Amino acid sequence: MNKIFALVDCDNFYVSCERAFNPLLRNRPVIVLSNNDGCIIARSNEVKKLDIPFGQPYFKCRDKIDKYNIAVFSSNYELYGDMSRRVMEILAQYAVDIEIYSIDEAFLELEGLRRFDLDDYVKEIQQYVLKGTGIPVTIGVGQTKTLAKIASKYAKKNKQNNGVFNIVNHPDIDQLLEAVPVEDIWGIGRQYDKFLKKFNINNARQLKYSQDKWIKKHMTVVGLRTVWELRGQSCLSLEQLPPAKKEICTSRSFGRPVESLQEMREAIADYASRAAEKLRKQNSAASILQVFLTTNRFKEEPQYFNCIQINLPTPTNDTFEIVKFACKGIEKIYRSNFRYKKAGVFLTDIVSKDNIQTNLFDTYPNRDKSKKLMEILDLLNSKYGSKTVQVASAGTKKEWAMQRNLKSNNYTTNWDELPRVKAK
Amino acid sequence: MTNKRKNLKVKAIYPVSTDEELELLVFYPKIQAGFPSPADDYLAEKLDLNKYLIKNKATTYCVRVEGDSMTGAGIYSGDILIVDRSIHPRENLIVIAILDGELTVKWLKRENGKLYLCPDNNDFSPIHINEESEFQIWGVVIHCIHTFYKSF
Ligand SMILES: [Mg+2]
Repeated sequence: MNKIFALVDCDNFYVSCERAFNPLLRNRPVIVLSNNDGCIIARSNEVKKLDIPFGQPYFKCRDKIDKYNIAVFSSNYELYGDMSRRVMEILAQYAVDIEIYSIDEAFLELEGLRRFDLDDYVKEIQQYVLKGTGIPVTIGVGQTKTLAKIASKYAKKNKQNNGVFNIVNHPDIDQLLEAVPVEDIWGIGRQYDKFLKKFNINNARQLKYSQDKWIKKHMTVVGLRTVWELRGQSCLSLEQLPPAKKEICTSRSFGRPVESLQEMREAIADYASRAAEKLRKQNSAASILQVFLTTNRFKEEPQYFNCIQINLPTPTNDTFEIVKFACKGIEKIYRSNFRYKKAGVFLTDIVSKDNIQTNLFDTYPNRDKSKKLMEILDLLNSKYGSKTVQVASAGTKKEWAMQRNLKSNNYTTNWDELPRVKAK
Repeated sequence: MTNKRKNLKVKAIYPVSTDEELELLVFYPKIQAGFPSPADDYLAEKLDLNKYLIKNKATTYCVRVEGDSMTGAGIYSGDILIVDRSIHPRENLIVIAILDGELTVKWLKRENGKLYLCPDNNDFSPIHINEESEFQIWGVVIHCIHTFYKSF
C-alpha cells in the first residue's frame, strides 16, 4: 500500500498559545517579540493585514501598535514548549509514525486508510487539536513529504479549504504544481533556486518533469530525491529521533550591557550549566569547550571581541567541570572597561556517552560520584522547575538576564501562574 | 504563598556531597537474598495520582478558582480545578465557559429547551444563554483540588 504523509503546521503558533489562555485576545491583533523584546516573531492574522512585517524591530512599529490597539507579548518559551508537547502528543495518537519537525510542525505517516476516508480523518485531527489545546492547525496531505509540504502551503494560501488540503485526490496535480515557484519547494535551497531559474525551471511542475540524469549531475542525489518526491514516489521517510546535536551553543544577548567580571562570570556559568544539561539530555559528552564574549558592534564605543578554546581533559557532561573550565576561560579573555553585549558557550567534538574513553591522566575526582550528582541535579530541576538547583557561580540575581517585560504567565507549568477562572 | 515557595528554593549547590545524601535517592528497597518476602509475588505499582486524576494528558489543564459562586458544588475560592478540554460539554456537567472575555466556572444546565450557566450558591443567579450571547465552552471540569493543610 502506498504511504500517505501529512504535514501539520500550527497557525501563528506563539500567538495561538497566548490566545488559548486569554479570551480577551480572541478578536484583538496580537504580536509576540523575540528575545530581549527585539523584533516581531509572531503575528496574528489581523496584524499580517496591517502591513507590519515579520522581523520588524519592535520600536519601529510602536505607532501602529497604539493605533490598532495591538496586544504585545515577550516570548514565553515555557508556555510554547508545553503547548507544543501537547499538540505533538495528540498528533502521535492519530499517526502510525510522527516526525516532529519544529516547535510547531510535524510530519505524520498515515496508513491503512481508504482514500475517501482520508479527508474526514484529517479534519478530525484538526478539530481535535483545536478543541483540546485551542491551537488552530493547517494540514497538507500528499503521497510524499515534499507534496504534503506543498499541500500545506496551498491550504494556508487558499482559506476556503479551512486549513486542510489533500493533494492525493486532486484531479490535476500538475496544474497545482505549476503555481508553486521552485524556491518554495521543500529542500530547494537558495543556491539551487538561482541555478534552476537560469535553466528556465521556474516552478514545481517543470522540476518534476526534468531529466533524472541532468538533476543528479547538477543537484546530486539529494536533488533527485526531491524530484521523485514531486512525482509522488516517496524517498524521504520520517526521521524519528532528532540526531544528537554535533555542537551545542548557549549564548544570549544581555538585557543591558555587562561591565564587570563578576557579572560576566555569572552569565557564563549559567550558559555553561545549561549547555551541560543539554548534553546530558541527549546522552552525550563534549571534548572541546569554547567561550566567547563581544561588545555591541552597532554602537560607537570601544569594541572588543574574543574567543578561547579549551580542550577538556576527558569528554564530559558534568555541570561543575564545564562551568569550572568556562569560568577559567572567560577570566582569561575578559578585559575591563568595555560594555559587553553578548557572551556564550560552545561545546563541540561531541561524542556519545557510551564511547567515552577515560583519560589515564584524568584529574577529575571521582567520576562516578559526579554522575550521580548530575542525575540528582537534573531530577530536582525537572521536578521543582529549572534552576531550582544550580552552581553557585551562576549567581542568583541575574541582572544581566534577558528582558522579557511583557511575558504572559506560565499557565501550564507553574502552580502560581495558573489561568484564573471566575466563580461569580 | 509566593514568598513561602521562594524560601523553599535551594539557591545553590556546592560540589561537596556526602554519601548519605546520595543514598536518599535510591528508591527501590533491596531484597535480601535468602529471605523471600511473602509479598514478593504481589508487588504492585504504586498509586499514581497523575494517572488517577488525568486520562488525557495532552488536553488536561489546571486552573485556579476566584470567587464563591460554586461553593454548593464544593468548589471554593483558591481551589485548583482539573479541566479536560477534549470532553464534549453536556448538560449537568461543570464547565469552564468564556463569558465577557473571562473564564468562568458554572454548571451547564438545560431547562425547557433553554441553556443556562448556573452558579451553585443562592447569592448568585443563573445566566441564560441565547443566540446573541458571546459564549463558548473552554473545557469540562473533571476534579477539584481543595487543600485542607498546607505543609509549606
Ligand atoms: Mg506555523
